Order: sequence, then C-alpha cells, then structure tokens
Amino acid sequence: MSQASGQVVGVNGNMVSVQMDGDVSLNEVGYILLDDPTTGESKRLKSEVIRIRGGRAELQVFEMTRGIGVNDKVEFSGQLLAVELGPGLLGRVYDGLQNPLPELAEQCGFFLDRGVYVNALNRAKKWEFTPKARVGDSVERADTLGTVPEGMFQHRIMVPFNLHRQYTVKSIAKSGEYTVDDEIAVLTDEDGTDISVTMRFEWPVKRAIDCYVERHRPIRPMMTKVRIIDTFFPVAFGGTYCIPGPFGAGKTVLQQITSRNADVDIVIIAACGERAGEVVETLREFPELLDPRTGRTLMERTVIICNTSSMPVAAREASVYTAVTIAEYYRQMGLNVLLLADSTSRWAQAMREMSGRLEEIPGEEAFPAYLESVIASFYERAGLVSLKDGGTGSVTIGGTVSPAGGNFEEPVTQATLKVVGAFHGLSRERSDARRYPAIDPLESWSKYPGSGDPGMVEYARDVLHHGNEVGQMMKVVGEEGTSLDDYIWYLKGEFTDSVYLQQNAFDPIDAAVGSERQEYCFGILFGLLTSKLNHGNKDEARNWFAQLRQRFLDLNGAQWRSDSFKRLESEIRDTIKEKRAGTEANAMDLVGKIRS
Amino acid sequence: MKKVYSKIESIAGNVITVTAEDVRYGHLAMVTSASGSSLAEVIRLAGDRVSLQVFAGGRGISTGDEVVFLGHAMRVSFTDNLLGRIFDGSGKPRDNGPRLEENLVEIGGPSVNPAMRIIPRNMIRTGIPMIDLFNSLVESQKLPIFSVSGEPYNELLARIAMQAEVDMIILGGMGLKYDDYLYFREVLEEGGAMSRTIFFVHTASDPVVECLLVPDLALAVAERFALKGRKVLVLLSDMTNFSDSMKEIAITMEQVPSNRGYPGDLYTQLAARYEKAVDFEGAGSITIVGVTTMPGDDVTHPVPDNTGYITEGQYYLRNGRIEPFGSLSRLKQLVNKDTREDHRSLMDGMITLYANYKESMEKKSMGFRMSEWDLKLLKYGELFERDMMDLSVNIPLEQALDRGWQILAECFDPAETGLRTELVNKFWPGGCTEPDEESA
Ligand SMILES: Nc1ncnc2c1ncn2[C@@H]1O[C@H](COP(=O)(O)OP(=O)(O)OP(=O)(O)O)[C@@H](O)[C@H]1O
Ligand SMILES: [Mg+2]
Repeated sequence: MSQASGQVVGVNGNMVSVQMDGDVSLNEVGYILLDDPTTGESKRLKSEVIRIRGGRAELQVFEMTRGIGVNDKVEFSGQLLAVELGPGLLGRVYDGLQNPLPELAEQCGFFLDRGVYVNALNRAKKWEFTPKARVGDSVERADTLGTVPEGMFQHRIMVPFNLHRQYTVKSIAKSGEYTVDDEIAVLTDEDGTDISVTMRFEWPVKRAIDCYVERHRPIRPMMTKVRIIDTFFPVAFGGTYCIPGPFGAGKTVLQQITSRNADVDIVIIAACGERAGEVVETLREFPELLDPRTGRTLMERTVIICNTSSMPVAAREASVYTAVTIAEYYRQMGLNVLLLADSTSRWAQAMREMSGRLEEIPGEEAFPAYLESVIASFYERAGLVSLKDGGTGSVTIGGTVSPAGGNFEEPVTQATLKVVGAFHGLSRERSDARRYPAIDPLESWSKYPGSGDPGMVEYARDVLHHGNEVGQMMKVVGEEGTSLDDYIWYLKGEFTDSVYLQQNAFDPIDAAVGSERQEYCFGILFGLLTSKLNHGNKDEARNWFAQLRQRFLDLNGAQWRSDSFKRLESEIRDTIKEKRAGTEANAMDLVGKIRS
Repeated sequence: MKKVYSKIESIAGNVITVTAEDVRYGHLAMVTSASGSSLAEVIRLAGDRVSLQVFAGGRGISTGDEVVFLGHAMRVSFTDNLLGRIFDGSGKPRDNGPRLEENLVEIGGPSVNPAMRIIPRNMIRTGIPMIDLFNSLVESQKLPIFSVSGEPYNELLARIAMQAEVDMIILGGMGLKYDDYLYFREVLEEGGAMSRTIFFVHTASDPVVECLLVPDLALAVAERFALKGRKVLVLLSDMTNFSDSMKEIAITMEQVPSNRGYPGDLYTQLAARYEKAVDFEGAGSITIVGVTTMPGDDVTHPVPDNTGYITEGQYYLRNGRIEPFGSLSRLKQLVNKDTREDHRSLMDGMITLYANYKESMEKKSMGFRMSEWDLKLLKYGELFERDMMDLSVNIPLEQALDRGWQILAECFDPAETGLRTELVNKFWPGGCTEPDEESA
C-alpha cells in the first residue's frame, strides 16, 4: 500500500472527515496532525478509517478531538489497526491500542496526554533464544523457529502469521541473546526472495488468527473454583460464556476471582469501558499474589488491556480486539488462555456512538443493525484447536453484559445469549439478599459438561427447583398451608443455596474451592438431599437445618483436610445420621446406581 | 485583531451556525446580542460551517449578531482566591466578588492514567451507621445518593460534607432550587466551613447549557487542588438535571436517542465526570458524593441506571432513611477489613436477616400466621430500623457494631444468625435477653 495523505474537512465529536489524496483502505490507521497555533499544541492523533465515501474518509479518532481544525493535515499509515506480537506481552498493562500504561506514565505523569504512543514490546530487552528449525527446513506460517523462555512458559518464536507462502529456512540464529528487533532467521520463498524474520510481527486486530489444523468441540471443564459454576453451570476450555447482570450484582467480582483462580495458563483481562479503580486492584495485587500451581506471581501469567470508561471511546471499541488477538497468539503456543471482558456492553455502546455519528440507520435502542453479527464474530474467536505439532490450545471467552435497567430483554444480552455456551445470569434479588455469587440458579444454563456426576447434579438441581416452587407457593398459602414434606424440600433447597451455591469471595478459604474439595463437599450435601428426614414439625426442622447450616458454613471456612475440617465433617455426618430415616423415594435408583 | 463574524445562518435551540475560517473544534466564541453577550462552544465543523452551542441559550439571538472566536477552549481560573467564592455555570461570580482571570486552566482535561492510581485505603467516617457500618465511604470514591424527589437528599449531602474529614469542599449545583442553594450556603457558613468551600451553582432558572459545564468546572478545580495535596470532597447535586440538559440539547441537535430520549453516549458522558474521583499518590484526592434523583422512583430509569454502572455504589434514600437494599459501597471491603474483625461478618449477617424480616413482613401483610421465627424477625426488623437506619442516629462505627450485636442477642439464638462460631464466642453479649435500656 502506498501512503496516502489528506486534509480535515469536518469534525463531529470523535469523528473526523478527511478529504483524501491517494488510496486508503477500510480500518487503515491514519494520524491527524493537530497543529494549533493558538495553544502551540502540535500532536499526531491516531485514528482508524471507518468509512470511505465519495473521496472522503471518515476516521474515528482514538483521542480527544478538541483543537482539531479544518485543513489540518492527515497522514495515512498504509497499515491496518494491528497489535504487536512477540515475547514480552505477559505481565504488561496496556491501553486499548496496546500502549503500555506504566511507560506512558513515566513519560507523562498522572495524566494520559494525547498523541503519545509507546512501543508495545520492549526493544532493548534481550531474550534467550534457542533455535528449533534447521537450515533447509521447509516452513510455513506459525511453524516454530525457536523458543525463548518467558516467565514460566516456553514462548514459541513462530514464522509470522502474515507470511502466507511456503519458505525454506536459509539461516537461523544460534542460541544466544537477542532483542525483538534482531534478525533470528532468513526465510526464502518459492520465488527465491529472502525475508528477514525477527521475534516480533504485527497482526490486524479485527482478523482472527487461523493458523490451526482443526477446531474441536469444547468439552473439557475449565475449573473456576466457584462452586455454583463448576458444579451447576460449567465452562469448558475453548468455550464461551456470558455474565449479564444489573449494576452492583457482582459481575466484576466474579471475573476478578476467576482471573485469579481459573485453571488456565494465561489470563487476558480486557477492562473495557468500566471503572479504572477496578483495574487498579488487579494491577496492584497480582504482582504480590502467588499462583499455587506454579509458585510464580499471578502477574506473570496475566495481560491487562485497560480502556476504562473515561478513556477515549474509539479505543474502547478496539480494546476487545486487541485482547482477543493476544489470546489467540498464545493459544498458538499450545496454551490454554482465558479472556475476560468487562463489559461487552460498553464495547457495544462504543459502536453505537460511532454508528450515530455516521448517521447509520439505527436498530433497536439505537444500536447499529450489525450489532448481532459483530458480537457473534467476536465470541467465535474462542475455541479449542489442534495445532500442527499435535498439541492443542484454547481460547475461552467470558464476557460480562451490563443490560440497561438490568433487563435481559435488550439487544446486547439477547445477541450474546444466541452465541455463547453458558449463561451465568446475575439477579438483583440475590445480590440484594447478599447471596453471592448472585448467579440465578433457576435461570442460568450451560451447554458444557461438568466434572461432577451428572445424575447427582441433576438431582440437586431438581431439589433447588422444587424447593423454590414450594417457597413460591408458601408466599400464597402460607407456612400453615404447606405440608411438612414440602417444607423439608424447601429447607433442603435453601440449605443447598446457603452452603453450596453461595460462596464468600472475600474469605481466604471459601473464595477458591478446588475440584477435589468441591466434589467431596457436594457428596456430603448430596447425602443430605437424598436422605428422608425424620422431623416432627416445621419449627423443629427449621432449627435443625439452621444448626446444620452453621456447621457447614464453618466447614466451608476450614482449611481443606485440617483437623477442624475433619471434626466439623464428622459432626455434620452425625447430625444427618440422627435424623436420617432411609433414602428419599425419588433418589432410590440414583443412589443405588452410584453405590454399585 | 480578532475577526468579527456577523452573519448567523441558523439558530435552532441553543445551537447557532456561522460560516467562518480557522476555527478549531471545542474552542470558544463570544456571541454578542442586544440582550447581552454569552460564551459559545464549537460543537461541529463541516467545511467552513461552524456550529456553536450558546451558553446563555439561543433565545433572543438575531441573525445579525456578532460572533468572535476566542482561540481557546473553556477555562477556569485556579487560585486560592477561589475559596469562599460562588460562581455560576459559565464561571462568572454569583457573589459580588471580583472576576478571577489569573492562572486559567482548561476544563474537561484528559483522564488519569490507570497505572498511576492507587488502591483507596482511607475510610471517611460520617457517624451514620448505614454508611459507616454497612456501606463505608472511602476517600477517592464516587458515590451518588439515589433519591426520589422530595427526600432530604441535600440535607444528607450537607451533613456528610460537614462531618467528613476533608480539606475542602466544592459544591457543583445543577438545576438547584434557589432555596436549596441558600440552604447549602447557610449550613456551610454556620458550620464555619465556607472559607474552605467553593460553589459552582447553576440554578433551575439559569440557561440549560450552563448546567452542563458545572461538573467540569468543579472537577477541573478539584483536580488542581488535589494535585497540590488537598483532600477535596466534591458534591454534585443533581446529576439528573445534568443528564436532562444533555438530553434536551441532543434532541434539539436531532441525535438519534437510545433510551427514553437520552443520547447514546450518556454513559460515557457521566463516566467522564465521575471518573475524576482519584487518590493521587503523594498528593491529594477527590471524593465525589452526588445526588441522582430518580424520576418516578424508578432505578431502571436511564439516569440512575447508567450512574449505577459507573459509580462505586450508591446510597438509596427512601422515606428519610438509607435503605439497606440497593445501597452499596463497592469500596467498603478495602477499608472494613481493618476496622474490627467482626465488621464484615456482622454487616453481611445483619443484612441477610433484614432481608428475611422483609419476607416475613410480606407474609404478614398477606394475613398469614406468623411462626415463631417470623415473630423473631419482626422484632429484629423493628430494632434494626430504629437503631441503625434512622438518620438521626449519629454514633461512631465501633458503637454501631456493639449495638448490632445487642440487637441480634435481643432477638435470636446465635445459631440463627448464620454468623461464624468464633465471632459469636467473642462478641455475643453475655446472657443478653433483658430489654434494651434506650427503649424504656
Ligand atoms: N462474590 C461476592 N462476595 C461478596 N461480595 C460480593 C460478591 N460479588 C459482589 N459483591 C459485592 O457487590 C459489589 C458489587 O460487585 P461488582 O462490582 O462485581 O458488581 P458489577 O456487577 O460488576 O456492577 P457494575 O455493572 O456496576 O460494574 C462488590 O463491591 C461487593 O461488595
Ligand atoms: Mg463491574
């Protein structure tokens, strides 16, 4: 592409119209040369072409547009909006356009001055390169040329994904230390042209990385260490899920604990149009927290893409793509990557703002008509794939949705529900009652298999449903109009809710429950649910459940397998035994099957 | 010599259009008409056609009036002389003091780099149990009071301002009733706080565009003081008026509305203001307590709804009390771990029981028999409302915690509270079934 130029002819919010001179492509990056003689300000403001019509390009500017004037010059870069890929992404904190925020702070201090851009990858840092390819090897895109250690991972240095032909390795660097700009290989294409390859390359964010052999159905459960999710609404490696909920219902807290505890190699956090303060918690705490699996800090397995609500809106739109592209890159190394996006509604709103400025015909609630397809193609970038070397890698995407008025019947929630594999809907009633995590056990669903015994889980789910029905009924007919049997089902449902579904995110032990402990405690619970209980009246039953609940909550707060855990467990088992009078009729078959 | 344009081509609502050259987006112009002069801001450029939003409104402007571009964006003077002063929404003095022209700074500046933020850590004590115990306010927090109109929200705001330990107070009034403006002034004067207060007040009768500028003026000044090391408390009342001004302007500009007439960027616009709340490492801080009145007592109305998604919680004011449901301080867990070991558990436990009380109330209202458990809850709810929720209660946090345990002990057996055994052992008031002496 030759580099075109142009001149500003109009400004409307963060959209600038440009009369262009030369060829320009859609999604190409341009820079507006702000040159304000009155303030002496002279800046290059990064922008993206979002429409071309009749010799004019419309650019969304990734910065505040104040001070831009008609006739200001514009330079087009000839490049699509892209991210830089290579070693050194892990542990970093970027804005939506992959500018490292701590480095920006070194240059500009407290504030994000516009028009200041910093390289995403450190140019000076040396990486310990070990070659894997040999001279004469025939290679293609994404084949491994060598590796460098990046934290706890062997980062694969691959043939850049934008080299689409067959190549022969003409030379490869010897083991040693290199920067991302040093040549590590020369590849010769079929026409005999030599191409110099370094450890970094660029990839356009809006194009999915597709250098895999095959995509597979996501079926292996990805443990989040949140009981209600892992047992009842599981997520799978390579799958997608969404967390819609009204404000304050606990979307962000749920994502924060998942980002700490999820059983994956790498976590990409896309803080998209939400509060800056929430990112800061992650940013300050992760370097101090150890990942029990590896003994390294959580920061070393995390990348934060942070375009919070007061940062420029256009960059917010780009940020989720930046995040997913980095996720796909690490998947290519055979790793399991989890992308957490909070909140996809802010991203959709950024699209809406731009669509409004372009005066496109609006759809429902003024969202653009293409909203659904854009959301679908974003979640489609998740997946479990097999790679050419026989390994597999996955990108799992979990997005929060912030529906207007907390009403799920709105365009973003509805479009998302059509494409995801699991739905963790948060309810206002549950969060008001401090029943955290406020995932609604009756409304939520997952299409992925869990790790527990499906029969047992189904049984517990039925108890929850039945208990809830009785509870609803009791609101109409009162406690006196409810049979003792039904009342006990109601108490069983409530009990399951308080000791198993609810989990205290701020308790050091209860916050993260591993699969072994989950299954063990679920087993105890299941024993109770399937037991026919011998209670004389409702008050007695209620008191008994209250006592038992107390012990179970104490158990949840006890160190796994500690003495106090064992003591509480046997107390619980004894209490149940005292009142147990056989197995509930509807559980006979199931219990028999499990015993055998 | 600045060029004078004297041919206004269109006037629609508060927006006028002129043909002019060398104009920059976001800059100001002075529009002079028979009824006086007003600032106006460039809000759109299309070739040489320039659209301006006139602060004093379009009414009374004629096509022959003069427009002079000033070559800069909206600015406000930043000096210590601001303290004790009162300004309107265009930055002009409302008191009889002099205009301030020194050290002008642009308003609506860039946002703080998230990497430079620190985790908030200081609790702001208010003496109100529903705040201190259940939803602690934290320095650098942004938190609105959600209220139905007619509730004493400005009184609550003034009380928080007077009791909070901060260096200075900036009040941003939007669509404020004149009486409320006078009320704030009186309270702050009587409390001896006027000399550390700055007012930017747009009253209900002032031009609508000026309403939009108030938060930016207040926050730009707050930011400068915070950078100089001051702990600033910014009060914004009422952000629903601010949003309604935005709606009015968007509609006259013929923008496609997203929800009940509000523009699609309502969230972004509100966030740009609230996100100014910050704690600068090594310098001062900005804490924002706002008011968002809820039209029709509806939290799902676009203004409270978008606000809730932006702010770090909200205090829900209803029937003269801060409601436990809906009220939330999202930063509370950053400070309530260091107060007293029972703080968190008591907070959660008492709210859960209060929720159960509400259910029992519902049953009662439907005429069902009250079980023994229901009766316990009814007693609990009554005590809770009287000793915790009533806004006249003014006690330090520690006292409120003790009172909480007393209430529990008066109503329940320990196991019924759902509180962990080790806390019960430590804090449960010994043999406490005798009636509470205050109620006698
Ligand atoms: N699992 C949990 N355990 C304990 N408290 C929780 C939990 N989840 C949420 N909370 C409480 O609820 C508050 C709000 O949660 P959170 O910030 O996650 O809400 P949100 O759904 O992300 O809201 P928004 O849409 O406005 O961002 C938290 O600050 C915390 O006090
Ligand atoms: Mg959130």
